Amino acid sequence: MSDPVFGRLDWRVTPFDDFWRNPTANEAVASGAALVVILGAVAVAWFLTSRRLWRPLWRDWLTSADHKKIGIMYVVLAGVMFLRAVAEGFVMRTHQVTALDGGFLSPDHFAQLFSTHGTIMIFFVATPLITGLINFVVPLQIGARDMAFPVMNQVSLGLTAAGAGLVMISLVVGQFGTGGWTMYPPYTGATFSPGPGVDYWIWAIGISGIGSTLSGINFAVTIYKMRAPGVRFLRMPMFTWTALTTAIMMVYAFPPLTVSNAMLALDRYLDFHFFTNDLGGNMMHYANIFWMFGHPEVYIVVLPAYGVFSEISSTFAAKRLYGYNSLVIATLAIAVISFCVWLHHFFTMGQGASVNAAFGIATMIIAVPTGVKVYDWLATLYEGRIRMSVPIIYLTGFFILFVFGGLTGVILANPTLDYQVHNSQFLVAHFHNVLIPGTLFGVFAGIHYWFPKAFGFRLDERLARRAAYLWFAGFCLAFLPLYWLGLMGMPRRAASYENAAFESVMWLTFAGAVIVLAALGTMIWTFVASARNRAALACPIGDPWDGRSLEWATAAPAPEWNFAATPEVEALDPFTIEKAEGEPYQPAECYEDIEVPRNTAMGVVIGGLTGVMGFALVWWMWWLAALALAGVVAAIVARAFVTDTHQRIGADELRQAHRDFLDRVAATEPVNRDLEMTSRNRGRADPEAPA
Amino acid sequence: MSENVHPGINLGASHGEAHHGSERTAFGFWIFLMSDLVIFGILFATYVVMRPNLAGGPGPSELYDLKSIAKQTGLLLASSFTFGLVSLSMKYGSRTGAVAFWLVITAALGTGFLYLEIKDFARMAGDGGIPQRSGFLSSLWALVGLHGLHLVAGLAWIGVMLALITARGLSDAVKSRLLLLGLYWHFLDLIWIGIFSVVFLGGMA
Repeated sequence: MSDPVFGRLDWRVTPFDDFWRNPTANEAVASGAALVVILGAVAVAWFLTSRRLWRPLWRDWLTSADHKKIGIMYVVLAGVMFLRAVAEGFVMRTHQVTALDGGFLSPDHFAQLFSTHGTIMIFFVATPLITGLINFVVPLQIGARDMAFPVMNQVSLGLTAAGAGLVMISLVVGQFGTGGWTMYPPYTGATFSPGPGVDYWIWAIGISGIGSTLSGINFAVTIYKMRAPGVRFLRMPMFTWTALTTAIMMVYAFPPLTVSNAMLALDRYLDFHFFTNDLGGNMMHYANIFWMFGHPEVYIVVLPAYGVFSEISSTFAAKRLYGYNSLVIATLAIAVISFCVWLHHFFTMGQGASVNAAFGIATMIIAVPTGVKVYDWLATLYEGRIRMSVPIIYLTGFFILFVFGGLTGVILANPTLDYQVHNSQFLVAHFHNVLIPGTLFGVFAGIHYWFPKAFGFRLDERLARRAAYLWFAGFCLAFLPLYWLGLMGMPRRAASYENAAFESVMWLTFAGAVIVLAALGTMIWTFVASARNRAALACPIGDPWDGRSLEWATAAPAPEWNFAATPEVEALDPFTIEKAEGEPYQPAECYEDIEVPRNTAMGVVIGGLTGVMGFALVWWMWWLAALALAGVVAAIVARAFVTDTHQRIGADELRQAHRDFLDRVAATEPVNRDLEMTSRNRGRADPEAPA
Repeated sequence: MSENVHPGINLGASHGEAHHGSERTAFGFWIFLMSDLVIFGILFATYVVMRPNLAGGPGPSELYDLKSIAKQTGLLLASSFTFGLVSLSMKYGSRTGAVAFWLVITAALGTGFLYLEIKDFARMAGDGGIPQRSGFLSSLWALVGLHGLHLVAGLAWIGVMLALITARGLSDAVKSRLLLLGLYWHFLDLIWIGIFSVVFLGGMA
């Protein structure tokens, strides 16, 4: 029987308590991690207080419904979670070099590490990074002023942050689940995992999953309904196409996750029998539903990265994108096929040869549109005038490593081979090999590419290149040896091993992990150093790379309303055509009054309350959960009665702001591509001859 | 761009401002309903998969009461019809009184449906048909119960809309929200047809 007020929560749930009673290295690591979370929170609070930033943070960021700020906040949230998940990866690698017949972490602690590492990297790093990029870029690319539903956008961010917060709290209060990022029952049912760990996962993923569903709806409506005049479907930039595809996939893929989550919760809380061993439960059913979400999810996070690579290959080669239509078709084909391959995640669970063969073939077919894309990018670069800038370095790494990872994917798609290497380090190597060079390199390239648009200054080229090379080297050393380990027969998620041959390879991957840490440090230093040197790196005109689509025609950072007057588009790459005809930066014929959404605290309120609700449900504080849920409903109903949701911005103000901007453009010296990396690049491009 | 800015009724006799104003929200709501349909689809699939897993507990023939189901179906279909009258009185004449009247009637029919459904569930539980008994019963309660929860939310929504109509009359924003509520209500009806056919008629066949 649990306490009526505090449920099953008491003072003994923190790792500090365990360390006090049993001071081992294992407990020291857990306590250290918890301490980092607490100290980090205190440090942030102290920083905000000492710099008097609470009010600006609230006024300009947390309550803002501006898609650009929401996008930036998504990326920052993902960045914080990324630091934690990389650190966890490093701790696991450190453990594995000592894990011959043991290791310094307890098996349970190691299991928590790989569970949180996977959960965070998928749900709180890859997904928010992609969501943030789409949020920031898409309205600018289609000539819209904001998202279709700005406030819902803010609520999506709040829900994602609530989920991330729950995962962070689990470091300090209680433990996390030990079932891997997929949390397969029956092991994660109430019988075998009675503690709060799996519940943390359920509510973190459930809450943020609803946020992602809403994001998907938002992106889809934005792209379908908010395009500027003349932006037909086949004139949209490639990144917008991939964003639309991802949005559609989010709408269809996240509901299955919600369902499997809810069923697992019903099993655990109310003793239902969906996935239990007894009384007619069917644990295979969980695997089916979960992977109906899980496989599309990997394409949800990689397609926008493909979109980024499309943008940068054409911009940095100063050529039109080769095979635009085939890229669109390939993107949509990948989206459709990705819903037909989920069973390849459990070939060995016994559904029979015919079913396995069908799904194996479907999985191999996905390689075809992906191959089309790679050839299109190569052809875009072919005979272009390529500048080896940071995004192109990431693109090169992507070409080499991602194709390699894709080929091992085709190997795994063959059920007969999968029987040999499933659930081994070979698989771990494969999915890291597609997610890191695919999604992560794509996002890194995208961040470098759009950073000037967001903040008005470029990132330091020299440091960013170093970080890119270190990522490339670190990745190769940390993950490619795992193929070898997998073929030697080392299972994944193994807390220790007995074969001494594994240990030397483990040292290799540990060295790789050190290089990855160095890459991450270089990356952070790039941001800090660039911010300090922002006067020399400033590009207020907003077109530092001789860009091709609409977003580069605005100032950097872009004004709140994005465009002083709604742009009219007549072709693909409209900005390049304007520059080639010698008529960029023209004043509009007429300016109209516009409406922008007012600030609102809806996102903070709903995110905060759902976070409280999740925490209360984990610890069985039923009264608090009910109260928080009632608060969410009350907030939504109260919002229905608010009428004054928009503020007008007058045409005169827009005209004046635009005129000031055009004056600044006229006073800025255009730079050609040879000077792109120098401090003379103030963001006005002297265009190349168009190709 | 075509004349039809969104699927759904035209708000106002000659399209009207509200019709164009709700272009985004109506379209977005359709997409939301599609994602909700995926949720129900998976619950239907779960029910079909779990249907044989009685684990020695009671099965459809001991639990289902087709008479009560027939009454529930009648009430819910009637409430869909009366919601149609809400939409029509909103579009032609925009008489606030008529809109509110038919909304109240719709809510009453929905409440009647819920009353019978809860009574059914209580009777099932009394006969040992609780969701903790077997995989089959878990999936039955989840599918039918989620539909019931949707109805509860719909009734709350009708209450909020009545308050809004009282406070503001039929403003464009209220019209557009009534359009969404209509889509939602008819969608629940559609799901019920699925439940009625797959669960209850299929269970007794």
